[in-house]
Amino acid sequence: MGRPLLTVNELEAYYGRVCALHSVSLEVAEGSVAALLGANGAGKTTTLRVISGLLRPTRGSVEFDGKRIDGSNPDRLVRAGIVQVPEGRQIFADLTVRENLMLGGYARRDGGSARQESQRVFDYFPRLGERLQQRAGTLSGGEQQMLAIGRALMARPRLLLLDEPSLGLAPLLVKEIFRVIGDIRAAGTTVLLVEQNAHMALRIADHAYLLETGRVILGDRSAALRQREEVQRAYLGH
Amino acid sequence: MLSVTPDILTDLPWGQLLVNGLALGSLYALTAFGIVLIFKTTRVITFAQGETAMFSTFVAFTLLTAFQLPFAVAFVLTMLFAGVFGALIERVVIRRISTTTVLNPVIVTVGLSLILLGAAGWIWGYEIRTFPDPVVGPPFHLGTVVVSQLNALIFLVTLVLMTVLFAFFRFSPTGIAMRAVAENRMAAQLMGVSIGRMNALGWGMGTAMGAVTGMLIAPINYLDPSMMGDVALKAFAAAVVGGLTSLPGAVVGGLLLGIVDSVVGFEVPELRNTIAFALIVLVLVVRPGGLLGRHETKKV
Repeated sequence: MGRPLLTVNELEAYYGRVCALHSVSLEVAEGSVAALLGANGAGKTTTLRVISGLLRPTRGSVEFDGKRIDGSNPDRLVRAGIVQVPEGRQIFADLTVRENLMLGGYARRDGGSARQESQRVFDYFPRLGERLQQRAGTLSGGEQQMLAIGRALMARPRLLLLDEPSLGLAPLLVKEIFRVIGDIRAAGTTVLLVEQNAHMALRIADHAYLLETGRVILGDRSAALRQREEVQRAYLGH
Repeated sequence: MLSVTPDILTDLPWGQLLVNGLALGSLYALTAFGIVLIFKTTRVITFAQGETAMFSTFVAFTLLTAFQLPFAVAFVLTMLFAGVFGALIERVVIRRISTTTVLNPVIVTVGLSLILLGAAGWIWGYEIRTFPDPVVGPPFHLGTVVVSQLNALIFLVTLVLMTVLFAFFRFSPTGIAMRAVAENRMAAQLMGVSIGRMNALGWGMGTAMGAVTGMLIAPINYLDPSMMGDVALKAFAAAVVGGLTSLPGAVVGGLLLGIVDSVVGFEVPELRNTIAFALIVLVLVVRPGGLLGRHETKKV
């Protein structure tokens, strides 16, 4: 495994008085794709929310590029290079596609290469380029997911956090989204992926972690995880 | 007994009433715009908009009389003062109060307005003063319609401000970020937008808009701590009629109320507020979301 870009150590986090994470530890190597698998309510989204700064942990630490970042505000973390594509897309429906993409690059101070970034987004998702002036709320579900990912890429992240990118999409679109995730990694961006679709996730990820009730119960190379009996039974339907 | 016959309707100087109404409505619209802007960015309905405007107008008065500054300079300085003042209110007070109940911000902003009323009375006194005229000279004539220099200035200022604000929200990254915060705070945060900064900016801009109304209505209504009471109430109504979340709605609502005020005020002055608010009730009964607002529905 290469140098870790992200190291999460024994995270504990609460929603009000409900303990959502008991002890989550994981590592994402620079330039790799890691996947977080698990059932609904296992703590996958909560883990992402702690990493992106939306939720403060009560215990444990998050290190990014060797520096402690837990407790920082999301806007600082975006500037540091951590960008989250939230569950359910959360695009700005009243804004145009162009304005959504502009906001993606909001935190960038070197405005010069925004054009270069948007070119890359249109290469991945040509359909977005054709709908620039359209209100984002009028896009189809698949296009909205493309916009959510494209918007995040505009910030030129070093670490991209993807929360359920395939949720509610037709199989063909799921394929397209995963193809792009592969391209994003190939272009040098590290990816941490939360997925219900364990098949697709294990195919693309180098490393995967299995969460159960707020704990990491398994973590290994994807190829090794695929062979584990408990993974096959619970997630791959063998 | 009110009897509106066709005779009376045709006898009304419609053109003149319309111009006067639009001028008054522009002032309502500016303040209403501020209320909506503050609501959209911070989710707080402010009841202090009138009093922050009044306080700022007293600052303008001091700049004009004690410092003898030209009107344009005092006008811009006061807008800046109001902007900083509003941002400070957000930073020091609003940010710290819990919005878990709707009532908290209501009580706090009502409290702020009473504090400002008392403070203005204590600093500048309660007597009614004349506010220096920003423009002097003969009125303009458009056919039979007379447009005073002050009304012309009101139109000009409103037009310029609205154009600048429109461009700001449409084209500038900060303006687009403010719209994003209004629509989805969580997603805006994930884009690297600082919610705190946008909240302060929203309050600052909204408060500055109110100050403009104050400075332009003071030459008509005189200057005293209670000067904005009626205006703020109408602006508030305009914001609600427009839909509370719609900036164009606030402008439309303000202009409509101004025209109703002008026409009814000419014919039956004692029913001015009655008819204005009867119309507001009617609009909200027929269109619960306001004229241009979207009726908020819970997402499943």
